[in-house]
Amino acid sequence: MTRPTVDLRPTTQPPFPRPRPLATFFTRPQVIALAAVLFVNWLLFPGFFSVTWQDGRFFGSLIDVLNRGAPVAILAIGMTMVIATKGVDLSVGAVMAISGATAATLVTSGIPAPIAVAAALGTGLLCGLWNGILVTLLEIQPIIATLVLMVAGRGLAQLITEGYIVTFSDPLLIFIGTGSFLGFPMPVIIAATLMIAATLSVRRTALGLLIEAVGVNRSAARFAGLKAGALLLIVYSFAGFCAAVSGLIVAGDIRGADANNAGLWLELDAILAVVIGGTSLMGGRFSIPMAVLGAMIIQAMNTGILISGFSPQFNLVVKSAVIIVILVLQSPLSARLFRRLPGAPK
Amino acid sequence: MKVIKTLALGAGLAGLLLSTAHAEGLQGKVIGFSQIGSESGWRAAETSVTKQVAAERGVDLKFADAQQKQENQIKAIRGFIAQGVDAILVAPVVATGWEEVLTEAKEASIPVVLLDRGIEGPEDLYLTSVASDQVKEGRVAGEWLVGTVGDQTCNIVELQGTVGSSPAINRKQGFEEAIAGHANLSIIRSQTGDFTRSKGKEVMEGFLKAEGGGANICAVYAHNDDMAVGAIQAIKDAGLKPGSDILVVSIDAVPDIFSAMVAGEANATVELTPNMAGPAFDALQAYWDTGAEPEKFIITESKLYTPADDPQGEYDRRKGLGY
Repeated sequence: MTRPTVDLRPTTQPPFPRPRPLATFFTRPQVIALAAVLFVNWLLFPGFFSVTWQDGRFFGSLIDVLNRGAPVAILAIGMTMVIATKGVDLSVGAVMAISGATAATLVTSGIPAPIAVAAALGTGLLCGLWNGILVTLLEIQPIIATLVLMVAGRGLAQLITEGYIVTFSDPLLIFIGTGSFLGFPMPVIIAATLMIAATLSVRRTALGLLIEAVGVNRSAARFAGLKAGALLLIVYSFAGFCAAVSGLIVAGDIRGADANNAGLWLELDAILAVVIGGTSLMGGRFSIPMAVLGAMIIQAMNTGILISGFSPQFNLVVKSAVIIVILVLQSPLSARLFRRLPGAPK
Repeated sequence: MKVIKTLALGAGLAGLLLSTAHAEGLQGKVIGFSQIGSESGWRAAETSVTKQVAAERGVDLKFADAQQKQENQIKAIRGFIAQGVDAILVAPVVATGWEEVLTEAKEASIPVVLLDRGIEGPEDLYLTSVASDQVKEGRVAGEWLVGTVGDQTCNIVELQGTVGSSPAINRKQGFEEAIAGHANLSIIRSQTGDFTRSKGKEVMEGFLKAEGGGANICAVYAHNDDMAVGAIQAIKDAGLKPGSDILVVSIDAVPDIFSAMVAGEANATVELTPNMAGPAFDALQAYWDTGAEPEKFIITESKLYTPADDPQGEYDRRKGLGY
């Protein structure tokens, strides 16, 4: 009887990418795409890059792109991790609505704002945990498991607000949505902080490697001694947390929780941002900063359309055309073509 | 023909006889109301106003919420027919697929009144329909602006509703009709804000940047109040004063636009009245009292509200309605 042999020698391909030098950063398709979109915006509206200082904060279209892109960027941070585990979270838009509704309803009923914010974030964590439980313990496929909350969650949010747009004048909540710090809008500061924290915690520890391992092959990861279930619970909870943060921002921005519209369809933008960022829906290798960059590309496009003066019937057509170009740029075929260019990374 | 005439005469006589029995109006009538669901604040207000008006007139209102599903509405209507109600109000969720169930109601001699949306199909399936004229709403908003700016040049930015939706198309058309022929008024930018506050704010931010920080903009016309509320915040963020630096005119008359008026940040709104049931009850009463068929399309009033119309009072009156 022969025993199966296990080859423990290193494979020829490294299991995860080595850190690349900064120079190659600028030849990445995402960076080129962002530059191209910004350039087109500048052609359409010459004042696009002008940033002025007004009322103690930066003011300009470029700041708008960062500010408006922040909610999707924050969603994309959580979504990247979920997608890296070969999952997907369709419920983040609905969780945004729940979080905003929770915070708004609590402050309008006289609860202090810090508690309301904590409750909203806690609700987001719980929603994420619920998704994680469906995916790990009940082994429901992620797309279906999170679809449950995507549909039911908006109903929950409507129950919380009783169908009203709950408006508030609480300074803390409004500050989260529209305040500024060091001249930048709060949403941008929050998104940047979350991005740096998340990136450090996955790249400076083994967490990122473990997430990729689960994404590539969950059974293999489990047999290798990884607590895949616990890891998935953490990842989905984090996605829920990110969605709750986004929900607070969106509610603070309009000084009200709109359960019908807050975060509507943003899960799709978040998934798109992750995919534009180069993370495969098949799981494995992922990059959080690139997903954030993807969110910025989407927003730069949206802002560009708004200031271009096209009639709104063209919005979706223009957007999809640009997205197709970006995805083609990232395809293996064009990657091969890119490598032939002089100066491109070999 | 003769038979029909005799029948009609009989019905008329019966109506006359009945009218004496119903001198106190709709007291004691049982009326079923199949509502779409709670899709928006306006819809919730329509529900509460309908219940209010019914209570005032002594109508026993049977309310059914369809949760945005036509099959639920059809079930509810069949239920009303089985209960033998005196009349049925329907706010149809979609335009098609009503022939069968409305024929059943017709066979049971129960008059049906459509509220705020029309249906496709033979007009004899329902007694009448009560709805607003969306083109007129836009026209009233436009006429207000024409009257307000006088001879001054006025560059308008427009926040459209959801692309392709009938209120967006009609409210745009009505507004354009009103400002046509006034060369000093022109729409310089028009984009969709999807009827939501956050998109209204985002689009307005873009407009302000693209038009010299707002210096070129004289007025913003929003297809609904929610987008106007978002735009007001964007104008304030840009360091301008909404209501004076940039005029704000919108449609719907929801409570929050009145609180903006109290603060001097909104200038005019055109009401889309949630009271569709009032005219419907009037039509039913007239039908029962005299037997006269009402007009097929009853158009509700599109009333203009400005800060001169006691915005605080309007706010207080509306805020409990569920907007």
